[in-house]
Parts: sequence; structure tokens; C-alpha cells
Amino acid sequence: MTAVSDTSELPSVKAETVLSARSRKPANLGQILRWLLLFLGGLLMIAPITYMISTSLKWPHEIYNVNLIPEEPTIENYTYVLEDGRFYLWFINSIIIAVITTVSNLFFDSLVGYTLCKFRFPGRYIVFIAILSTLMIPTEMLVIPWYMMSQSFGWLDSYWGIMFPGLMTAFGTFLMKQFFESVPDDFLEAARIDGLNEFQIWWKIAMPLVKPALAALAIFVFLGNWTAFLWPLIVTNSVEMYTVPVGLSGFGDEVDVAWELIMTGAAISTLPTLVVFLIFQRFIIRGVVMAGLKG
Amino acid sequence: MAKLSLKKLTKSYGKVEVLHGIDLDVDDGEFVVFVGPSGCGKSTSLRMIAGLEEITSGEIWIGDRKVNDLEPKDRDIAMVFQNYAIYPHMSVRKNIAFGLWNAPLSKAEKAARIEEVARILDMSELLERKPSQLSGGQRQRVAIGRAMVRNPAVFLFDEPLSNLDAQLRTQMRLEIKKLHQQVGNTIIFVTHDQVEAMTLADRIVIMKDGHIQQVGTPEDVFHAPANTFVAQFIGAPSMNMLKVTGAGDEISLSSGVKMQPGRQTQTGRPLLLGVRPDDLSVDDQNPIVTGKVVVREPLGSETLIYVSGPQGEIVAKVPGKSGVKVGDEVKLGATPEALHFFDTETGDALV
Ligand SMILES: Nc1ncnc2c1ncn2[C@@H]1O[C@H](COP(=O)(O)OP(=O)(O)O)[C@@H](O)[C@H]1O
Ligand SMILES: [Mg+2]
Repeated sequence: MTAVSDTSELPSVKAETVLSARSRKPANLGQILRWLLLFLGGLLMIAPITYMISTSLKWPHEIYNVNLIPEEPTIENYTYVLEDGRFYLWFINSIIIAVITTVSNLFFDSLVGYTLCKFRFPGRYIVFIAILSTLMIPTEMLVIPWYMMSQSFGWLDSYWGIMFPGLMTAFGTFLMKQFFESVPDDFLEAARIDGLNEFQIWWKIAMPLVKPALAALAIFVFLGNWTAFLWPLIVTNSVEMYTVPVGLSGFGDEVDVAWELIMTGAAISTLPTLVVFLIFQRFIIRGVVMAGLKG
Repeated sequence: MAKLSLKKLTKSYGKVEVLHGIDLDVDDGEFVVFVGPSGCGKSTSLRMIAGLEEITSGEIWIGDRKVNDLEPKDRDIAMVFQNYAIYPHMSVRKNIAFGLWNAPLSKAEKAARIEEVARILDMSELLERKPSQLSGGQRQRVAIGRAMVRNPAVFLFDEPLSNLDAQLRTQMRLEIKKLHQQVGNTIIFVTHDQVEAMTLADRIVIMKDGHIQQVGTPEDVFHAPANTFVAQFIGAPSMNMLKVTGAGDEISLSSGVKMQPGRQTQTGRPLLLGVRPDDLSVDDQNPIVTGKVVVREPLGSETLIYVSGPQGEIVAKVPGKSGVKVGDEVKLGATPEALHFFDTETGDALV
């Protein structure tokens, strides 16, 4: 019991020495360069977002000015987009599709990844290679077969039609398989002796241990589907089935693209991705901390 | 009755056979330790008993059931792993509760069992902690708790102490022994540490390269080793081995020394003479080996001396107060009962 208090003191001592060492050291040229590089990188990341928000606050006549601060800022665009009933529809479509696809990926990718990682069966390697090799086929090549398939099954212009290609991904399967490699077999064997069945072992023991990977996959899949454009554009016909990106692209008329409205819609539609990121990012950070304590 | 029997048990990985027919009967309540060098097949044997590893051929019986085709959970066993394998994302209470996953007990009964086990293992106040908040010894205790709560016919331990530091290892060893005396379940315990084996076991199973070398009580394997491997594996420092030649009621050492071992030997037959460092004494009545002390290792109550002579270097354990110094000329002898003879070819003990 004393051992616990002993070990818990260790990190705090270390942290202190690290801190004091850092504050004593004067910033050298290498450090300044590093900060400068990071600053430029940050600027590069934030520029499009700033431009998006800036544009969403401008009147149409001003949108081709590159000035960041609008001359006559307005929230007219926001009221227009939010009062336009179609945007709500698209927003809900997008939410439904992204959430279902994310949940489906978390479940099936990790189920298949786990199976490929932890079970020895003939053909295991071939299956794995087959799944991996699909990563090399670009989406652009697949949309035509998908379309023909959807047409013959009558899936066009439906949620299922939009979602089915992405319900499982080779990338997610690969990611999860790699992460399950880090789960020691002893845990699974202990659970097997305790009497859990194979599904319970996966769900109750293995899955909680790869939470950081699941969180990363969730963010990745959600963002991917939230911003997906090409396939939803092709498979949907009616305005009621559009997702946010597809719907936004149609703002304006045949001659003029209403950039200020598109940017407004885009700005609003970043909110859910922000929420998703904030929720799952915690798990990633906590996972790293936990791994540090285990050793 | 929870006897455990292994009958002609073999295990192959692909074409490579790693266990070559293990026969063993373990009595109800017995504490049996499998010991041997790394890679000799101890874990494989244990995992086959647990049902984690498929049986290539042979039979395993627990009680009066042949368990070859039973799932681990149906074998009435529990296992403690070397690296604890307690679930890191659950509290201690939850971890122990997992041992009762399939038990046909009510919630209240389960809770009572968990409290009981925690009390026996002296960790009642740790129940709400997460494994990351426990020390190595406490984690191992949780692993033992998860096994104990099942009250299995057979406990299986795979090197449970080897991740602990020396002091804690000695302490846990004692606790496991006490625990066995308290609960009385059959225990199969795997270790590569002969001291652990000697101190814990009712009976020791000494293995090498997938074969059992000897099965016996700690006294048996120490005083009557079946072959040179057992003789040198058990006891520290290892038994000294000297090449000798038989000559009727005499033997002659390569150094030319002749002595009466108190038994008949075949004249001209080369033999190995084994004598434990503890059995050697610095006397000159009937010396086996004469030589110079080259190294001295004081251990407190005893001192190890390494003596170099015409027949090579041998080790002797002498009283700590004996005052032997490096460079001294000593004559080491032993009583005839302390001498072990082995066949040079097979290594088997001659009786
Ligand atoms: N999964 C496996 N595949 C192939 N060989 C194995 C496997 N597991 C163990 N072995 C081999 O079986 C032998 C016995 O291993 P093990 O029972 O783990 O030894 P011990 O526990 O006594 O150190 C070793 O030679 C080891 O290399
Ligand atoms: Mg082992």
C-alpha cells in the first residue's frame, strides 16, 4: 500500500524538474524558427476558415473584395439560410447519414479488424490483403458501379443509397486491426476463462481498450461523411434528399453562384464537426494518458 | 474430488513437437509446481490444462471428467497470468466480479463473495480503485482474487511472481502458500525459479525440452535427483560434477585421487560423481578434491569458496566463520551418503 504513494510521487517530481529546466533556458534560434514555422502553419490552417466567416458576413456586392473585415457587416445571410426550410432538411439528412455511418463503421470495422487480428483461421491473410487492396481503388472509379447497383436495387435518392458505400471502410478495418495488435492476448484469455463468449470478449474487454482508436475513427468517419460531395450529388435527385454540401452547392441561380450564402451554410455546418471533435478528442487524450500509467 | 490427470499429453506446433507425452497425476488439494528452464514447455502444459491451447494428443482429466473438448469456462479452473491480465478499464471490484461471470448466483451472493475474497486477500479498501492506481503486488493480488472468487477445482498459476521485485516476490510466495493452506484447492504453479519451486511445492515436476525429468517432493528431487539435469537444476549453487572411473569398491578421480564411495562400481567404467557445495567440508580425512581457493563469496552465515585443482573448479559452501581465505590450500571431502553417481552417457542416476 505504501508502494502506491511512492509511485504517485514520481511523476510530480519529474514534472517539476522539467518545468524549471524549461523556464531557465533562454530561447535559442532553433526554438524561434520552430515557433515561426508553427505560426505559419497555424495561419495557413486558419485562413480559409476566416475567409469563410468573413464572406458569410458580407453583402453580395462585396464578396470579391479580399478584405477580411466586411465594410458593412451583416447577418442577413444567416437569417436567409436559417429561414430557408431546405437548409434544415439537408442538415438533418447530413446528421442522420453521418451518425449512422459513423456508428456502423465503429461497430463493423472494429469487429472485422478484431477478427483478423485475434483469430487464426485459414485464409485470414488473403482476406486481409483483399480488404487492404480495395484502398487502392479511387472513389471516382467506383461511383459508376455504385450508381448502376443503386439503380437496379432501387436505392437511388434514398438514405440507404447515400450511405451504403461507406458503412464499412477498408481503412477503418485496417486501423482497428492495427490497434487490436496492442491489446495483449492475456486479457482475452483471462476473459475466456472467466466465461465470456467471444462476442462479449470483444465488446467488454477489447473494445474499451482501444477507445482512443475508436475516437479517432469516429472523428475521421464523421468528418468524411459530413463533407462528402461527389457520391451524394450523384445518387440524390430530389432537393429533400440532399445533404448539406450538395444543397449548398446549388445556392444561387444558373448564372450566379451565391458565395455569401454558401459560406454561411458552410460556417453553420462546421458546428456539428466541432461538437464531434470536442466529444471524441477527450478520449484520444485520455487514452494516451492511460497508456502512460500502465507501464 | 478434484484430481487432475495428464495422460500421454503431447503438443505440436505445426510439425514441431514441443511436449512429448506428459503423464502426471495430481491429488486433490495438492500444490504441484512445474519447473524448468525457459522454453521447456511449462506454459504450454498449463495452457492446455486451461483449455487455451489445443491438445495434439493425449488426455486431460479434471475430477472424473475428461476435459479435452470442454471450453476453458467449463473446466472448473481459474488461471493467474504472469503479467496479471487484470482488465485496466475496470475497478478492482469489477475485475473480481468477472471471475463470477457465469456463476449461478444472485447479485447479493456475488457481492458477498467478492467482499469475502477481498477480505482474505487483505484488499477490502482497494475495491473501488482502478488497476493503474495499484502497485505490482496489489495488481497480482487482484488477479489472484479474480481466480479465487470462482473457487475452482484447480488453480493454474503461470509464473505469477516473476514480474515482482525480489522482496515482494518472497512476500507473495509466502502469501500464496498460506492461501493454499487456507482454501485447499489443487494448485498447478509454473515457474523457472527453483527456489520458488522448492519452497511452494508439495511435489515438483521438473521439465526439460518437453519431457518430465522427475516428479517428487522437494526433498526427493534435492536428495535423490533422477539425473544430472535435475541434480544441477535444483539447489544453488549447482551440484559439482566430477569425472571419475569405477574400480570395484573404489573410484579414482582424474586427479589420481582414489576413494571409497561405500558402494560397488564397475571397474573401468567412466562415471560422473556429483556432490553438492553444501555437503563439502574443509577436512583432510578423506579428501575428494585438493586445490587453491580462487574466489570467496561471503553470504553471511555461509561463505562460498571456489576451489581450483587438478580436476577443475568446484564450489563449496562453508560456514561463514570458517576463516578460509583466497589463496588457501584446502582439502574438500564429503561423507559417502552425500555422493551421487550418474551414468556418463545418459546422465541417469545410479542407484
Ligand atoms: N504459439 C507457438 N508457436 C510455435 N511454437 C511455440 C508457440 N508457443 C510456444 N512454442 C514453443 O514451445 C516451446 C515451449 O514453450 P513454453 O511452454 O512457452 O515454454 P516455457 O513456459 O516453459 O518457457 C518453446 O520451444 C516455444 O518456442
Ligand atoms: Mg512460460
